[in-house]
Amino acid sequence: MGKHVLLIEDELNIIEAIRFLLSREGWQVDTHNNGTDAAQITRELKPDLVVLDVMLPGKSGFDILEELRSHEETQDLPVLMLTARGQSRDREMAEKAGVNRFMTKPFSNSEVLTAVRDLLYVHQQKA
Amino acid sequence: MTSLNVLIAVCLAYVALLFFIAFVAERAGVQGKGGWLLRSPLVYTLSLSIYCTAWTFYGAVGNAARSGLEYVTIYLGPSLVILGWWWILRRLVRIGRSHKVTSIADLISSRFGKSNALAIVVTLMAVVTVTPYIALQLQSVTLSLSIFSAAEQGATPDTIDNDAAAFWIACGLALFTVLFGTRNLNVNERHHGVVIAVAAEAIVKLVALLAVGIFVVWGIAGGLPETLARIDASDLGTWQTSGSRWATLTFLAATAFLCLPRMFQVMVVENADEKHLRIASWAFPLYLMLMSLFVVPIAVIGLEEMPAGSNPDLFVLSLPLSQGREGLAMFSFIGGFSSATSMVIVATLALSTMVSNHVVMPVFLHLRQGGASQSGDVREVVILSRRMSILAIIGFGYIYYQVSGGSGALASIGLISFAGVAQFLPSMLGGIFWRGATRLGALWGLGVGFMLWVFTMLLPSFGAGAVLSAEVFEHGLLGLGMLRPQAMFGIEGMDPIVHAVFWSLLINTLTFAAVSLATFPSPLERLQGAQFVNVFDHSAQTQGWNASVAESEDLMIMAQRILGAQEARSLFSDQARAQGLSGHLPEPTPDFLQLLERELSGSVGAATAHAMISQIVGGSAVSVQDLMAVADESAQMLEYSSQLEAKSKELSQTAAKLQAANTKLMQLSAQKDAFLSQISHELRTPMTSIRAFSEILRDTEGMRPMEKAKYANIIHSEAIRLTRLLDDLLDLSVLENGQVTLNHQTGNLGELLDQAIASAQAGASNPIPIHRRRLNERLLLETDLDRLCQVFINLITNAQKYCAAEDPELHIDVTEKDGAVWVDFIDNGAGIPAEAREMMFEKFSRIGAQDSNGAGLGLAICREIMARLGGDVSYLADAQGTGFRVVLSHSRAVAAQ
Repeated sequence: MGKHVLLIEDELNIIEAIRFLLSREGWQVDTHNNGTDAAQITRELKPDLVVLDVMLPGKSGFDILEELRSHEETQDLPVLMLTARGQSRDREMAEKAGVNRFMTKPFSNSEVLTAVRDLLYVHQQKA
Repeated sequence: MTSLNVLIAVCLAYVALLFFIAFVAERAGVQGKGGWLLRSPLVYTLSLSIYCTAWTFYGAVGNAARSGLEYVTIYLGPSLVILGWWWILRRLVRIGRSHKVTSIADLISSRFGKSNALAIVVTLMAVVTVTPYIALQLQSVTLSLSIFSAAEQGATPDTIDNDAAAFWIACGLALFTVLFGTRNLNVNERHHGVVIAVAAEAIVKLVALLAVGIFVVWGIAGGLPETLARIDASDLGTWQTSGSRWATLTFLAATAFLCLPRMFQVMVVENADEKHLRIASWAFPLYLMLMSLFVVPIAVIGLEEMPAGSNPDLFVLSLPLSQGREGLAMFSFIGGFSSATSMVIVATLALSTMVSNHVVMPVFLHLRQGGASQSGDVREVVILSRRMSILAIIGFGYIYYQVSGGSGALASIGLISFAGVAQFLPSMLGGIFWRGATRLGALWGLGVGFMLWVFTMLLPSFGAGAVLSAEVFEHGLLGLGMLRPQAMFGIEGMDPIVHAVFWSLLINTLTFAAVSLATFPSPLERLQGAQFVNVFDHSAQTQGWNASVAESEDLMIMAQRILGAQEARSLFSDQARAQGLSGHLPEPTPDFLQLLERELSGSVGAATAHAMISQIVGGSAVSVQDLMAVADESAQMLEYSSQLEAKSKELSQTAAKLQAANTKLMQLSAQKDAFLSQISHELRTPMTSIRAFSEILRDTEGMRPMEKAKYANIIHSEAIRLTRLLDDLLDLSVLENGQVTLNHQTGNLGELLDQAIASAQAGASNPIPIHRRRLNERLLLETDLDRLCQVFINLITNAQKYCAAEDPELHIDVTEKDGAVWVDFIDNGAGIPAEAREMMFEKFSRIGAQDSNGAGLGLAICREIMARLGGDVSYLADAQGTGFRVVLSHSRAVAAQ
């Protein structure tokens, strides 16, 4: 079964690392490095899961998440948010915006893999 | 032959007629009827004729018989004054009406800050100068009676007791004045009855004198031409009068016309309408002209017809009598009687007002104040004190007449009196024309003038040896030659009248002016002075209101302003009901005024309330103490309110400061949060890569060497990025905290640039081509060379990294200007957008595309370094491409070679 992940992130090295991790697990990984049109790209690509950075050029991860939740086709889409800012207020904001999972950088690879698996599993159960 | 009894009966009948006229007029005035007559300019003009007393009636002929045309001066002076009414009289009348002035003493004291002392001085001076004048009138009446008694053949001369006649006449006049002068107590002191009676008497005396004149010209002399011929023949016309005496007498008459209390009474106090002055200005001189028309013929014919030694003062009576015309003589007698009585009545009225208002009432009020609160109507007391004053003044006149024994010619007493009241002139005119006049000036002027008048005129009039010894006349007072009563300051040869008037008025005026200039007026004086001098600016011409109603209305208007319309109205109508009146305005009784003052003082303070009511009611003057109390109250209020204002200003300032501090703290807090998240982000991002790849390397088995090497390289470069970031942060922290130690050295700018370029290009994949003008770089600098080099490296690296041109190149230009050195770094890039320029020197600000290696601290560090070095780094907005300018200030650059 095709498990499709969209990674929205602007740091090249981090993209490289996450792509490596998820591809190895057999997921199809698409990446996008700009905040401005991220929500629109998401609707077009219809991924099963989005890994979302917070500090992006053009638009913040919180705004993108809100936009995703406001559209019918993406309102239930599982979103894993990764941030380097690491302040408790950011977690509150993310949860308010409807995040499924929130993780602070630097993450451990196994945590990311577990989180992605869980999210997809729950999502499939619901569906 | 007319019997004396008949004469006395006629007199009594005449007086009864006057009572009747006065009574009718008074009734009409109260009922508001007959206004056309009571307030007509004709009556006003006729009432002015009290100027013509018995002295004028009889004395003018006597004067002409003794001194020729000199008598004309007595008519000329007043005519000049009233012809020039526009200047002085109009002003006096306007002031009198707008300030409800009751007498000349009131005018002067009002003007000079409602000074009681001044009022008393003027009152006493008036009593001293006018009492002889009253005595003179009594004398003239008894003298004229004696003519009849002498002419009566059958009776023994002794049967007529002159003193008794004078006594009864005095009593009659006192009764009349009491009855009509104190009937009611109006604030404006108008007396319709008295004025009408005086006007009637004016007609009687004019007609009587004209009748005698006509009889003399056509009945005795036999016609006009004969009369003129006899006048030409007499030596009366040839008598020379000195110019100075003429001028002095004219001036004196004019002054007396203004200053005599009785003239002030009819002219100012009794004036019903300012416009009457305009008519009186020609009508009164006409009246005077008619009065003087037959003076010379009577004098000339009298001197010829009457036996030598007859008193020329009585020609008016004795001429008709000698011709057997008893009816005419009696009419003439009635004319003289009219002149005397009208003068005595009005003069007494005026004086009694002054004595009562300024001497008796203040003393009474003072005593009452001391003796607890005796309630009672002050009106009763005022009326009683008026009546007592009238009796006292006429009594004084009678006593003076008795004591002086009818000595001296009538005219001289008149002139002495004139000169006495003339002493008021400087203070009066000064007060209404000169704002600088002060109370002390008036007091001193009046005092000195009065003393001089007494010394040079009044005392000498009794003759040498009477009061002043012959010694004093000869050698001066206290043996001082300067102080001879008829040759002051050693100047001899002046006419005694001219001498006395000249010196007393001159020194009076000089003293008044000098003391006024030297003293400082109190606030109330300033206020009054301004109102008097600028009376035409302040007061509209007021119409003749019923005084008490007008006053209540004024009080109402004032109360409304202070208490509010509703409350004032209910207060006033309650009081009106309590007084049993139907309207809304109560009578301004003392009780009501006291109540109102209490009410007002709740709002504006006691002193202010008192002053305001006093101002309107006018009865009691606003004293300086009152005004000071008002000032104190206002000062306290001002103080209090200014304190409040200061406090609230302080509070709002503190609030603003707190607000600013709060905003600043919030900003700082927000800045701190932003800074922390920024640092967190900048640190965690490379660490994320490092951790992720190190875990991949650790956990992935069978990884290809190529991949391993690639991931190890990423870890390495991210570790270097992390280190550099930490270095930059520490550097910035040190610079910002000012803990940096600068290491000043001298070096060459060109060499420093060489070093920076080498450093920036080392290890760069695509070193940017750099264009320089080395000639300009030959400058010696004295600064921290390492730090400056750091700035240069940063700018070159930025150009190298961010210049997006196809063939990037960098120009480095050095300019020396006004001792400062500019080092410009300009590449051929796209420039920095205007909106980003403001922020680009801030920490963590990165422009445009993300650069994985830059944390956005470079320019912030450059700016901090240049600030420490005493220079600046700024963006060159007008450069072709992206340009930065490093400025090294004057003291740091040392010109080389």
